[in-house]
Amino acid sequence: MTPSQQPDTPRPLIRLRDLSKEFTGGTRAVDRVTLDIAPGGVFGIVGHSGAGKSTLLRLINLLETPTSGTVTVNGQELTALGSRQLRAARRDIGMVFQQFNLFRSRTVLGNVAYPLRQAGTPRAQARDRAHQALRFVGLADQARRYPEQLSGGQRQRVGIARALATQPPVLLCDEATSALDPQTTGEVLALLRRVNDELGVTIVLITHEMEVVRALCDRMAVLDAGRIVETGPVREVFAAPQHPTTRAFVRSAVQASPLLDLLPAALRKHGVDEAVAASVLAEVSA
Amino acid sequence: MIQQDWSLLWPKIAEATGETLYMVLATLALSGLLGLVVGLALYATRKGGILQQRAVFVVLSTLVNVVRPVPALIAIVVLSPMTRELIGTAVGTDAVIFPMTVIATFGVARIVESNLLAVEPGVIEAARAMGTGPVRILLTVLVPEALGPLILGMTFMLVALIDFSVIAGTVGGGGVGNLAITHGYLRFDTRVMVVTVVILIVLVQAAQLLGNVLSRKVLRR
Repeated sequence: MTPSQQPDTPRPLIRLRDLSKEFTGGTRAVDRVTLDIAPGGVFGIVGHSGAGKSTLLRLINLLETPTSGTVTVNGQELTALGSRQLRAARRDIGMVFQQFNLFRSRTVLGNVAYPLRQAGTPRAQARDRAHQALRFVGLADQARRYPEQLSGGQRQRVGIARALATQPPVLLCDEATSALDPQTTGEVLALLRRVNDELGVTIVLITHEMEVVRALCDRMAVLDAGRIVETGPVREVFAAPQHPTTRAFVRSAVQASPLLDLLPAALRKHGVDEAVAASVLAEVSA
Repeated sequence: MIQQDWSLLWPKIAEATGETLYMVLATLALSGLLGLVVGLALYATRKGGILQQRAVFVVLSTLVNVVRPVPALIAIVVLSPMTRELIGTAVGTDAVIFPMTVIATFGVARIVESNLLAVEPGVIEAARAMGTGPVRILLTVLVPEALGPLILGMTFMLVALIDFSVIAGTVGGGGVGNLAITHGYLRFDTRVMVVTVVILIVLVQAAQLLGNVLSRKVLRR
């Protein structure tokens, strides 16, 4: 946590304090993480596989029980809740998965209506809201089909519609595009962009792809061996990565891009200081 | 050896078939329900399960392992005092339903457990993330997701029960097995033997066909 972000940012939507997760056998997947995520943005958590990203994300809705530390979402301390209250709180935290995790036994509409029915919404109303969510993701015409009849990108859009059905203020995305091809990844990223812009839903996503962070996130954190080693606005982190892990990520992202030649102009456009831009270019060409 | 006239045999064959169907279907209904409950409990209480309860799991699992290897014939004999207590008699079609149900329940339990374990853990995680409670996850996620294989498992059990009912028939259970023994074997009436075998084949075929059709409908393929 950078102290400078404290004064002018609104009350954080997600507050993690000294959060650790130790698995049996002593592996510390998440190591004393303290992090504030402000409402309204798209927050990216990057890290290599095994860095603890997935565990950290699953600690936010307590799918994983922390060994120590606290989780507060929307002013409610989840780590202090009983199981019944926790279940109620989870309805305000949508989640999207890498493998979509749709119910094969239910239609597209049935999948999207499921969380509403679980929350006690009457059948007719649940159907209406599920239809509404499907329209938002552009799958209104697929309502009666089954997940296996859809493409990967369509399945993920159903997953997003299902996660948004209960109109949660926050959406957790667990490598939401990692199982998709580049073209479909673009579609899903564009949809998540709309989720954030049009619905005002705060998004927290984990990914190992810097492209995703660059396309979607405004702030980011870099996770290395269970610890947050760097955090800040994406633009700043890209422009002046501090930690070696971050540098490696930024370099991989930039080198992977065929648009390397356009980098100086892009840096200027985003208001990066000339000196910083020069050092970035030096770093990249190294 | 006096071979009876077919006109006298057919009513007996029809009656025996009816008894067999009654035994098998009653046992299937009872053991299906009880086995589903025990299977769900085994699944949920195991280590890392959604209602982890080590003591319950160990007791249930041990019970299943104790009961399952007992041969059908032995079970009928061993359980006969309890059968007499419960049903009022240890002989007859109604009486064998009890030991058959006991044996089948634990068989069904393992079938249910293994089919639930095959359900993608991701969908359970998705349901948990939506705030669904453990019992609801069992009933509204796991059972529907595993329904196709569950139907095939129950079909397997149904076929096993037809076989079981014939054994039960030989020790006073009535039905096709009893007919095969009393008329086919003890009276050396090969015709009855052939007819009972044909009936059993038809029953098994019908059961399997029904199971296949239902599971295909559920699995949509």
